[in-house]
Amino acid sequence: MIPALRRYARALARDADIADDLVQDTLVRALRSERLFLGGDVRSWLYTILTNLNKNRRRSLARRPHFMPLLDNNPDASGTEAEGRDIARALATLVEEQRSVLLLVMLEGLSYREVADIQGVPIGTVMSRLARARAHVKASLEGEAPALRRVK
Amino acid sequence: MVFLPLSGEEIETGDVFYFEIRKTTTMTDHKIPVTEDELHAYVDNELPAERRGDVEAWLAAHPEDAERVRSWRSMAEALHARYDAIADEPVPQRHDIERLVRQPRKWVYGALAATLAAFIVGGGVGWLAHGAAASPSAFQSFTVDALDAHRLYVVEVRHPVDVPGSEREHLQQWLTKRCGWDVRAPELGATGLRLVGGRLLPGPTGPASFLMYESASGERFTLYAARATTETTQMRYAKQDQDGALFWADRGVGYVVSGGTDRERLMQVARMVYDEIEKSGG
Repeated sequence: MIPALRRYARALARDADIADDLVQDTLVRALRSERLFLGGDVRSWLYTILTNLNKNRRRSLARRPHFMPLLDNNPDASGTEAEGRDIARALATLVEEQRSVLLLVMLEGLSYREVADIQGVPIGTVMSRLARARAHVKASLEGEAPALRRVK
Repeated sequence: MVFLPLSGEEIETGDVFYFEIRKTTTMTDHKIPVTEDELHAYVDNELPAERRGDVEAWLAAHPEDAERVRSWRSMAEALHARYDAIADEPVPQRHDIERLVRQPRKWVYGALAATLAAFIVGGGVGWLAHGAAASPSAFQSFTVDALDAHRLYVVEVRHPVDVPGSEREHLQQWLTKRCGWDVRAPELGATGLRLVGGRLLPGPTGPASFLMYESASGERFTLYAARATTETTQMRYAKQDQDGALFWADRGVGYVVSGGTDRERLMQVARMVYDEIEKSGG
C-alpha cells in the first residue's frame, strides 16, 4: 500500500520532496486517527488523507506564477525521458481535482465509486472531471493549447 | 431522447459539444448511441459486460472516437512508464511504518500504531475490529478474564467493589502490595467518570487488580490489570455480546478497559487510562 501511495503522491505533487512529505504526513495522520476502529477500506482512506493534505497544501501556497524548467537543456535525452517530461508537463496543466481523478483512475486503478468516496462527490462529477482531464492531457501531449475544449 | 450538455459546460451559440444522452430505460438497447461516459467506462473496465459489444461496434464505426480511446490508452501507458518506478522503489526510512511506530512511547505510536502497522504492511483491505491477534492466547485469555470480571461485577448494585473509591490511596497501596507492580487508579473525571472502587482478583499467572468507574448516568467501565508475558504495546479490541474491551500490554503488565458497545466512547476512556498510567510511570 505504501509504495502505491508514494507513486500517487509523486504524480500528484510532482516535486519528490513535497511528495515524500505528503506521504509521511499521511501516515502520521493515519496513525493518530481513531477511524482505525470504525472499519472501512484502509487503502481508500489513505488516498483520501493524502488527497486532502495536498489540497490544503496548495491552498496555502501564495498565488505565484508557475515556472517551468527550461526543457531542452539536454537535447540528447532518450525518447522515454522526453515522454516522461511530456506526461508530467501535461499533468501540470490540470486543475487539482482533475489531476487527482486522472491519477486515481488511470495510475492507481481505483474504481469510479472509490474515487467518488475519496473526493466526496457524486460519480457523475468524477466522470465529468475524468473526461476533462483526459481531454486536456490529450491536447497537451499533442501540442495543442491546453484550454481548447470545444470543437468549432 | 433528451440532449443535455455535460454538467458544468458553458454553452455558447455556434459551438458543438459532446452531449450525454440520458437513457430512459434500464435495458440495454442496441439502438441507443454510445455515450461519452461509456467510452470512458469502457477503457476503465467499468462498463457493464452487455454493453461492451455495442461500444466496440460504435468505435469501429466512429474513427474519431476510436482515436480518442486509443489516446487514453497510450496516456495510461505513459503514466505507468513515468511513475511505476516509484512504486517499485524500496520504501524509504521516513515512510517505514515500523519505524514510525517505534517512536518514544506515546498513545498515538505505542498502542494504536502497531496494530495499524501490521495491518497496512499486510496489505489487507477493510478492518475487522475483532481480527486475529499476533499471539491469540495472550490477548484472548486476558481479555476473556477481564470481560468475565467486568460482566460479573458491573451488575452489582450493593457490592460492586471491596474497597471504595473514597479510599483511593489505601486502595492503590493495597493492590500494589498484593500485585507486585505500581497499581494506580487513573483520574478519569475529565471524561465524566468517578472511581467506584476496586478489588483483587485471581489473574492468569498471579493476582490481578480490578477497578470500576461510573458516570452520573450509570455507565460503568472497568480496568483490569495483570502480569502479561507479552512485551508489545499493540492494542486489540474485542467484543462479546453487549460488552467491548480494549487490551494492551505495557512493560510486562496487561491492561483491559471494558465497557459497553460504544466503541468510540470506549476508546476515549482507554486513551485517558493509558495517558494517566504513562504519566504516573506505573
